[in-house]
Amino acid sequence: MTRQQFRLAEGGRIDRDRPLSFRFNGRAYQGYAGDTLASALLANGVHLVGRSFKYHRPRGIFSAGAEEPNAIIQLETGTRSQPDLRATQVELYEGLRAKSVNCWPSVRFDLAAINSRLAPLFPAGFYYKTFMWPGRAWHLYEAVIRRMAGLGVAPTGPDPDRYEKTHIHADVLVAGGGPAGLAAALAAARAGARVILADEQSAFGGQLLGNGESVDGKPGAEWAAAAAAELVDLPDATLLPRTTVIGYFDDNYLTLCERVTDHLGPAAPPELPRQRLWKVRARHVVLATGAHERPLVFQGNDRPGVMLASAAQSYVNRYAVRPGRRAVLCANNDSAYRAALDLQEAGVEIAAIADLRPAPDGAGVEAARAQGIEVLPGQAVVATQGGRHLTGVEIAPLSEDGNALAGPSSTEKCDLLCVSGAWNPAVHLFSQSRGKLRYDEGLACFVPGRSVQAERSAGACNGRFALADCLAEGHAAGTAAAAAAGHGDDSGPVPKAEAEPVGAIRAVPCVPSRSGRANKHFLDLQNDVTAADVALAAREGYRSVEHTKRYTTLGMGTDQGKTSNVTGLSVLAAALGRPVPEVGTTTFRPPYTPVTFGTIAGRDVGDLADPARMTPMHHWHVQVGAVFEDVGQWKRPYCYPRQGESKREAVDRECLAVRNAVGILDASTLGKIDIQGPDARKLLNMVYTNAWNKLEVGRCRYGLMLGEDGMIFDDGVTSRLAEDRYLMTTTTGNAARVLEWLEEWLQTEWPDWRVYCTSVTEQFATMTICGPKARDLLAELVDGLDLDPAAFPFMSWRAAAVAGVPARIFKISFTGENSYEINVPANYGMAVWSAIMNAGEKYGITPFGTEAMHVLRAEKGFIMVGQETDGTITPHDLGMDWAVSKTKDFLGKRSLARADTTRAGRKQLVGLLTEAADAVLPEGGQIVSELARKPPMDMIGHVTSSYYSAALGRSIALALIKGGRDRGGETVHVPLLDGSSIAATVTEPRFYDSEGERLRG
Amino acid sequence: MFLIQCPWCGPRDETEFGYGGEAHIARPAGPETLSDADWADYVFMRKNPKGVHLERWVHRHGCRRWFNMARDTYTHQVLGVYQMGEPPPGPEGGDG
Ligand SMILES: [Zn+2]
Repeated sequence: MTRQQFRLAEGGRIDRDRPLSFRFNGRAYQGYAGDTLASALLANGVHLVGRSFKYHRPRGIFSAGAEEPNAIIQLETGTRSQPDLRATQVELYEGLRAKSVNCWPSVRFDLAAINSRLAPLFPAGFYYKTFMWPGRAWHLYEAVIRRMAGLGVAPTGPDPDRYEKTHIHADVLVAGGGPAGLAAALAAARAGARVILADEQSAFGGQLLGNGESVDGKPGAEWAAAAAAELVDLPDATLLPRTTVIGYFDDNYLTLCERVTDHLGPAAPPELPRQRLWKVRARHVVLATGAHERPLVFQGNDRPGVMLASAAQSYVNRYAVRPGRRAVLCANNDSAYRAALDLQEAGVEIAAIADLRPAPDGAGVEAARAQGIEVLPGQAVVATQGGRHLTGVEIAPLSEDGNALAGPSSTEKCDLLCVSGAWNPAVHLFSQSRGKLRYDEGLACFVPGRSVQAERSAGACNGRFALADCLAEGHAAGTAAAAAAGHGDDSGPVPKAEAEPVGAIRAVPCVPSRSGRANKHFLDLQNDVTAADVALAAREGYRSVEHTKRYTTLGMGTDQGKTSNVTGLSVLAAALGRPVPEVGTTTFRPPYTPVTFGTIAGRDVGDLADPARMTPMHHWHVQVGAVFEDVGQWKRPYCYPRQGESKREAVDRECLAVRNAVGILDASTLGKIDIQGPDARKLLNMVYTNAWNKLEVGRCRYGLMLGEDGMIFDDGVTSRLAEDRYLMTTTTGNAARVLEWLEEWLQTEWPDWRVYCTSVTEQFATMTICGPKARDLLAELVDGLDLDPAAFPFMSWRAAAVAGVPARIFKISFTGENSYEINVPANYGMAVWSAIMNAGEKYGITPFGTEAMHVLRAEKGFIMVGQETDGTITPHDLGMDWAVSKTKDFLGKRSLARADTTRAGRKQLVGLLTEAADAVLPEGGQIVSELARKPPMDMIGHVTSSYYSAALGRSIALALIKGGRDRGGETVHVPLLDGSSIAATVTEPRFYDSEGERLRG
Repeated sequence: MFLIQCPWCGPRDETEFGYGGEAHIARPAGPETLSDADWADYVFMRKNPKGVHLERWVHRHGCRRWFNMARDTYTHQVLGVYQMGEPPPGPEGGDG
């Protein structure tokens, strides 16, 4: 285990009494509680953390926060593993194990680094130009690229952790707990508002935790702790540390990701969730998301040892880590000087500060000079030296326009280069809220412009970087938000900080190199996009930043270009010779930082992923060993295999039992809608294709429902229960849709009709007994009901007690056998089912599942909505004109006379009998009339239903074939994936008892 | 996610609602008298404006009532809700 040779002896927000062991890329290290993985690595002198996406150049820790483009790691292994985390945000815990995601076989010796030597072969649009053509080979290239590019690996096993969701309303949601956010939350909460304050870090304070500034005369971190403590004591404030506001949606709906126990690692208490997704509806939002320091673009700016100045400052102040021994700073603004002073105080030798500005003169500049730091005005770092780590830099004066070097360069030895190109407000959430961004020339960045939602930006994210301004704006925003939410403005005093004059910045989009080339000037460190790539895209005609992004992959990595978007845009604007605002900005999309799928899914996984609906007889089915299938949300028995029986054998046995004796089916899942009212019949006449005027009480009728486009969307039997009352049945999967369809028409088109529709699907248990013995069986269970077909004919229903339970018995059939659908109140379902099973034993009663039902109905040529129909099929296509009224109007009728629905050559329902009796066609199989040696072949239709029929001793199929009704007797072919094919003869779509004698019995 | 003002239930999350397309399209009387083109216009053709759109919504997981909404498809702003059968409110009234 290496010692922490870069750790300072004192200071920082780390606990030296709690050393933590961890492993990175297989090597053991030690850090302290309070470290991030990144700070602990730096304490051990580890800068090299990954290889870049395209050229596999060595990359080091670049930032100290969410914007990190390089230090992307895979945390832990196995089912708890998480890919693509930023080491700068991963809190250290005992036993942590992580590895770089983007290097193979190792971070120090990387075969793919040969790409780096081949850089000229990888220009902008490389992937599009090279690998997208010829298209057929893309899958070959992709495997290689993915392996080399690597990013993280998603775990394959089930996630062992628990994730929660919380839905909550707030008066004021404050995103970000730095000085502005704390001031806003304090002001709003003091005024009495219900406040949620969320910050992605483990402690509140933001930059105050790392930059040593003071508030109200106290050290910033101390003030932040006191402010957080006051908020905890206020009754209506909720503080959420380790919580990132990841999305800002319409009507002030925001999502927050709270990492509840990630920082505890394996020591996390099992009763706590790993992460929690907060869904917040807020009256007002205060965005206090801070800013990201902007890099500078110069040759070799990607070498490990190059770091944002503010990050270096954070590492020394917050984590007590020296990120180097001898540093050069390169800056175009004042903020880097404070970093230089803090680094110097921590014992880092400051070799020089190259300041792009010709005459820097702010307070920070003077303080640095007073400390003996050499300031080089009008100069910049123009190249870096070193291999896997920085060894030195070249510094040269810039010309007045910044486009050329104005003199020879000098070399400065250093192992740390701190860069600062000023600041980019973190406008991501503002942009997600659909607020309009405005380009600020002076700050050379985008700032929030016009708000669209009830939201205010405060502090650095609003382009106000000085601490005093952050506090004042935060306080004002919190006060205003509370007032707008209906609270007073008694928000307490404004926190104060010393105002310090800040000098202007000098924006130079791309620092020139001696060679004039810019192919090592990296804009996007994660995706390896250089200034030369963007310039090439501009030369090739790309004008829109959105297109340029996709062409060059600028900003398309897991960091979403937090450090590269604005610099890239400036380089593009310069290349196009247009001002930045004209070139535009890119859209920021949620999530702000990546979120694991587990958090989004929450508890909606496994059994809770979707509600399971079960019939009253479900447990009986389970007990007798039924195999289930999902039909919508319902669990339905597919078949009931006996010991040693295959599913196919079980289905065959069940079918034969229905044809030869009696079967019983749990049909409770069919949709049932009770329709009442004087206009009920009128409604049926409009929603069904056939006429309902003459249906008497006690009778049942089959009907087809069409959309207004004339296409079948449901079918079912509806029975007249009383003068003004009907019971409609729907297919299992469409029950809710049909009810909504009825309600829609009644409410929107016929509001004056007096009809009431009520779903009663779950109020009844439905069991269907069918087969030649069904009538004898039922006779044993009912009292005083004449079952003679003359008294109780096919397509009628009777009320009677079955096994002593009041029931409605519908004599309708979906199997072609004499059949009774017995409906009893759901709570009596199991009792009646048992009574039927007991009485049926001597008849050989056999429970059958959905598959046998399908086979039996297909033998009869009865259609299944969703199999024989797919939203493009009319009644005529199915040969069901008998069910379509010629005289009355109904929904969809007019469409049946459209040119397209009446044309010749539409697909029509036919039967198919394979030449080999035991060959079962694949459902969905394409049908051709002439076989070719290989595709393409002229496809004339497809198989819609296909089964082996035990009753017929051969396979049967239904199909939709162009002009199929005129093709009787023709031989067609169904080509299979393996190159073989099955030949079949076109027949009538009916295979069994086509006269329908059996079902009247 | 929108916060939608159901005329019957008050403000509710968008996930409780279903979308029903363009509003104020009456089913023509006597469809058999229409040309194919006129019928197709009724069945298939819908406005897709950038701006104010009058549309139907249903409070599916609530009171199950249909109602109309004026919504700006560009800004996502809900300009108002009104009941079935009522004319659209405000300046866009009569736009149909
Ligand atoms: Zn409602």
